[in-house]
Amino acid sequence: MIKAWFKSGLPWIWMTAGAVSINLLLVLGLLMLIAVRGLGHFWPADVVEYHYKDRQGQSSVIIGEEVDESLLHKAQAISAGLEVLNGADYLQQYLIKTGNRDILGTDFRWIQDQYIQDKTTPEDLIAVERREWGNFYGRLLAVKQNGQVIAEGAKAWPVAQEQIEKNLQLFDEIDHLQKKEMGSINYNLERLRLKQRALELKNEWDDSKKQAFAKQKLAYEEEYKVIQAELLKLNIANKCCSIVVSEAGGREISIPLNRVIKLTRPNAMSALDKSIEYIKNVIAFISDDPREANTEGGIFPAIFGTVLMVMLMAVLVTPLGVIAAVYLREYAKQGFITRLIRIAVNNLAGVPSIVYGVFGLGFFVYILGGNIDRLFFPEAAPAPVFGTPGLLWASLTLALLTLPVVIVATEEGLSRIPKSIREGSLALGATKAETLWRTVLPMASPAIMTGLILAVARAAGEVAPLMLVGVVKLAPTLPLDGNFPYLHLDRKFMHLGFHIYDVGFQSPNVEAARPLVYATSLLLVVVIIGLNMFAITIRNNLREKYRALEN
Amino acid sequence: MPENQSSSSKSTLLQLSSSDAYQRWRLLKDKIVAHAVVFGGLSIILAIVLIFFYLLYVVFPLLLPAHAEAVNQYSAPEQALGKTVFLSMEEQNEVGVRFTDQAKVIFFNVADGATIRIDPLPIPEGVQITSYAHGGVDKGVIAYGLSDGRALVVKHAYKLSYPNDKRVITPSIQYPLGQEPVVVDNLGQPLIKLAVKLGDKSNTLFAKTADNRLVLTNLSKKESLFDDEVSWERIDSDIDLPSENIEFVLMDKEQRNLYLASRSGELSVIDITDKSKPTAAYKLNVTSQGIQITSMEFLNGDISVLIGDSTGLLSQWTIVRDKQNHYSVQKLRSFKVSDSPLVTINPEQRRKGMLVADTQGVIGIYNSTSEREAIKEKAFNGKPIAVTLSPRANAMLLETEDAKIHFWTVENEHPEVSWSSLWEKVWYESYPEPDYIWQSSAASNDFEPKMSLTPLVFGTLKAAFYSMLVAIPLALFGAIYTGYFMATGMRQYVKPGIEIMGALPTVILGFLAGLWLAPFVEKNLTGIFAMLFVVPVVVMLFAYCWQFMPKTIRNKLPEGWDAILLLPVIVLSCWLAFVISPGIDALFFNGDLRIWMLKELDIGYDQRNTLVVGLAMGFAVIPMVFSIAEDAIFSVPKHLTTGSLALGATPWQTLAKVVILTASPGIFSAVMIGLGRAVGETMIVLMATGNTPVMDLSIFQGLRTLSANIAVEMPEAEVNSTHYRVLFLAALVLFMFTFVVNSVAELIRQNLRQKYSSL
Repeated sequence: MIKAWFKSGLPWIWMTAGAVSINLLLVLGLLMLIAVRGLGHFWPADVVEYHYKDRQGQSSVIIGEEVDESLLHKAQAISAGLEVLNGADYLQQYLIKTGNRDILGTDFRWIQDQYIQDKTTPEDLIAVERREWGNFYGRLLAVKQNGQVIAEGAKAWPVAQEQIEKNLQLFDEIDHLQKKEMGSINYNLERLRLKQRALELKNEWDDSKKQAFAKQKLAYEEEYKVIQAELLKLNIANKCCSIVVSEAGGREISIPLNRVIKLTRPNAMSALDKSIEYIKNVIAFISDDPREANTEGGIFPAIFGTVLMVMLMAVLVTPLGVIAAVYLREYAKQGFITRLIRIAVNNLAGVPSIVYGVFGLGFFVYILGGNIDRLFFPEAAPAPVFGTPGLLWASLTLALLTLPVVIVATEEGLSRIPKSIREGSLALGATKAETLWRTVLPMASPAIMTGLILAVARAAGEVAPLMLVGVVKLAPTLPLDGNFPYLHLDRKFMHLGFHIYDVGFQSPNVEAARPLVYATSLLLVVVIIGLNMFAITIRNNLREKYRALEN
Repeated sequence: MPENQSSSSKSTLLQLSSSDAYQRWRLLKDKIVAHAVVFGGLSIILAIVLIFFYLLYVVFPLLLPAHAEAVNQYSAPEQALGKTVFLSMEEQNEVGVRFTDQAKVIFFNVADGATIRIDPLPIPEGVQITSYAHGGVDKGVIAYGLSDGRALVVKHAYKLSYPNDKRVITPSIQYPLGQEPVVVDNLGQPLIKLAVKLGDKSNTLFAKTADNRLVLTNLSKKESLFDDEVSWERIDSDIDLPSENIEFVLMDKEQRNLYLASRSGELSVIDITDKSKPTAAYKLNVTSQGIQITSMEFLNGDISVLIGDSTGLLSQWTIVRDKQNHYSVQKLRSFKVSDSPLVTINPEQRRKGMLVADTQGVIGIYNSTSEREAIKEKAFNGKPIAVTLSPRANAMLLETEDAKIHFWTVENEHPEVSWSSLWEKVWYESYPEPDYIWQSSAASNDFEPKMSLTPLVFGTLKAAFYSMLVAIPLALFGAIYTGYFMATGMRQYVKPGIEIMGALPTVILGFLAGLWLAPFVEKNLTGIFAMLFVVPVVVMLFAYCWQFMPKTIRNKLPEGWDAILLLPVIVLSCWLAFVISPGIDALFFNGDLRIWMLKELDIGYDQRNTLVVGLAMGFAVIPMVFSIAEDAIFSVPKHLTTGSLALGATPWQTLAKVVILTASPGIFSAVMIGLGRAVGETMIVLMATGNTPVMDLSIFQGLRTLSANIAVEMPEAEVNSTHYRVLFLAALVLFMFTFVVNSVAELIRQNLRQKYSSL
């Protein structure tokens, strides 16, 4: 019976079906893992108060969010140096985010279920999001202004919220002054210096120019002083208030309100409140700048850098890819040369991305960039302008890397356009170029779009070459700003993919940053899968359309 | 091209019909576009060729032979002031210096030999110079041994200044131990052999006296707390060793070992770590009977000793610690320079290279790590008395017996690279045996760069192998089912579904592999292995039982949808594997597989290991292999399969004997392309392995691949340094590998396509 069954080949068919199922499960599992962990990051978790009696019999109170749990087998637990009470086979552990890094030294702590005496979620526990030292968990005692208590007990909460609101506004103003206004003045001063140097190099630096420059410089410095005075005022106003809080151990601590971003009582929130908070968190994540070595805050500069780089790349890759595809389909005689080009295209697609990075660094940055600097920016020497990794070179490198994607997609689109359309156009007296421009390319434009979208999706996720040609972990300024010439192709930029690598593997506090990395991953996955789905849909629609045309 | 010709013939028709300016403009446009498009199309080939040649262009200098050229020759300046005992030059190759046997220091212009400055050294009245030694060529320290048992230590130094934007080099002589000679032999006997090393705090002098005693003097600096005065603390000791024959003496810069050699080839090493109690550590013969040692010098770093002998053989010796912690003096390698005795050796100051010269005027420049003979030339006739390489090793001065100085320039940019140093085992200094090591840089100047690409290639292939082990069965079986058995309705979703997996950024896969999968696998190692057995068995069991299900239920599942049915089965079986794993652990492995492996099998476990990489990178490779293989299988002409089925073959037989055979070139090219991807993948291996360049076959150890190595080290490599070029070489190796693999795969695929279209 079994023998006959094996002989029929059925079990092997089932095995192949099993392989498909495993593949599908892997895809689904991976997406779900990222989705669950990434989305969970924004939900305001309950703050739990544990009464804990540890191995040495010492009692303590622990306040924090429960972020992970693990079930260890007895043998594993003992080999990790833990004891297992009551002859249990398993040891249940929880990972608690205790925050208060300035007091405790770490953000996280594993606690064992067997030592927990009591576990409650009192409503008066607060979570404070700070600009540095991570979160604080504890209880709010009072609000102080210039050292005087202005609210205490139950009244403290609304007053604190009000004050934070004010402080955040002040902070925005200060930030604007520092980054925008002062940044702009500094930028202009630097440009002035470079201009002067350029004139000196050309031996055109004379007294009249000297005076004109000095005047301009003076004007900038005056402006600078005004802003500085204003800043000083704002900073004093910003430092007036603080909150007094008590931590799990009972110690009272004062936190200046200008260091606080958010004050919440997650345990007192209703599901609706939490949902609103959730959406706020998501928005903050997408629109804020990162804090604390990228492990906290938002990822706006990374999103911005990725989008800008990808757009530049699209501008560069589209004409190249389309021309190559047009050549292959419309102009070249199918034969040895086209075969060679197809092999070249396939090879371009198969070359490891890091090799593009190496090529980009050596050829674009050092050779092209170095020569551009020598020819056009001698005044900046020895500081490089284009002779260092930057936005332009990253885009160019990725354009080369995604070229095959555009070529293949465009070629497919061109091959689906019926010959009769071209012949009709030619028969009416159009030249080949006119046929191409007026009929073939417009019809192929959805295919070109498809290729472009796929290229963008590929470029958005590529990291290895970017590490060599322009991505940095923290860019002080965006590559696009209000200072002439607005788009700064020579600047370094941040990138979502590199952000994931950097925060997940290079940051000092990986454990704390992990949820943020999941959230970033989720964003990247959603964007890339979305782009891919979009491209596939366009392609499918296109196929339908041409099928109709052919009939 | 005929097609172009036809279009141009069309345009002549147009030209006939109308010849006004507008028409001409149209035709011109047409031509311009045609040329532009052709150029654009061909530029793709240009791009790939450009990448290749650019990589080659950067790598190429590694292959260039070194080159030395005589620039000038002049009589040694101020010959009346004595014969040269030591020759040197400074960093810019502008100022040279010769120390004479009459204690005069003559700085001269390297280019033409004009005297710049003469410094007479303060040798006390009535005392003769009996010996001299240098304290490291890179330190510029020279010591003269005197007939009253004292020694004068001096140092030549150079100051750079830029008055009026012109570089001016000012040489000077300093006295690191004071202008007064230092007493080395308390008995006041002449010092006939001398060795000296100065350190930050401690200075040591060693001498052989005329009455054949070996004396050691250590002066350590005592800084007084209250004033700036420096006082010296002295330790004197005698070394009790037969010393009549000792001819060559060297002391390393750590002031720990003393190397003494006789002309007949006896080398003794004295441990002087404790300056008050020197002990003889090793004694051995370094030459065979009848062959004499003619010169001895340290290699840069003072770890190994270079010995030149009377047969023209240069050998490198060093103290080696073997695996059992036994120390011994071993010969690492030797170079045959010529047939005449080697009289002088001059080490390079920043690399592990050296300049040697024999009695006949043959000079050679060698690198020890790469065992490369950079230069061998007959530079002059006669015997050299002093040779020196400049600090940057790009020029040399050679002085012959007839007091002629030869100035040569040397172009030897990348001596540390050779076929053997990149790909073969190399016996590095202070390593127990020859080995493959990648360790490209360190902070110190005398570090020996270890640039063996072998461990990186090994790591690359290892990672690729294990990921293919994961990917091939899943991808190919999946492709077979999807391409041949699966219902169209389901295929429509499954194929793009799996292909989309290929679009996932590898940085995300790497991040999950490193931060989620690695700890997960570490904790559930048994479960992972249990899955390998449990899942297939459960699937088989399910399939077997399925045929006994009532027909009504079976018929509800349309043909080709079986994979859906298996989804819950596989989830369940995975869960089952994890449930039974603690039991397996408890039963066979004392509760924990990892600890058991370490104790019983001596297999160590790294958290980020090859297993994790294999799983993650396998996952990344699956979509690509799946997609191409599925295409090949799906496009097998239907009449072949229907024919086979009509002749009575079962679906499985048809698949195995017809479909797979026909599609096999396509499947092969799918595997090749997958391999190319696995070899070049960077982010996953960068994040999921520990990036340790070890050569270990164990699946539980980390690795470092070529691509990850480039990503890690490229940003720090100095442009155009050897390290930079070797990294480009690694990129070139990757490029070549994927180029060959992809080209072969593409050719196979193109042939397959032609075959199908003819069928």
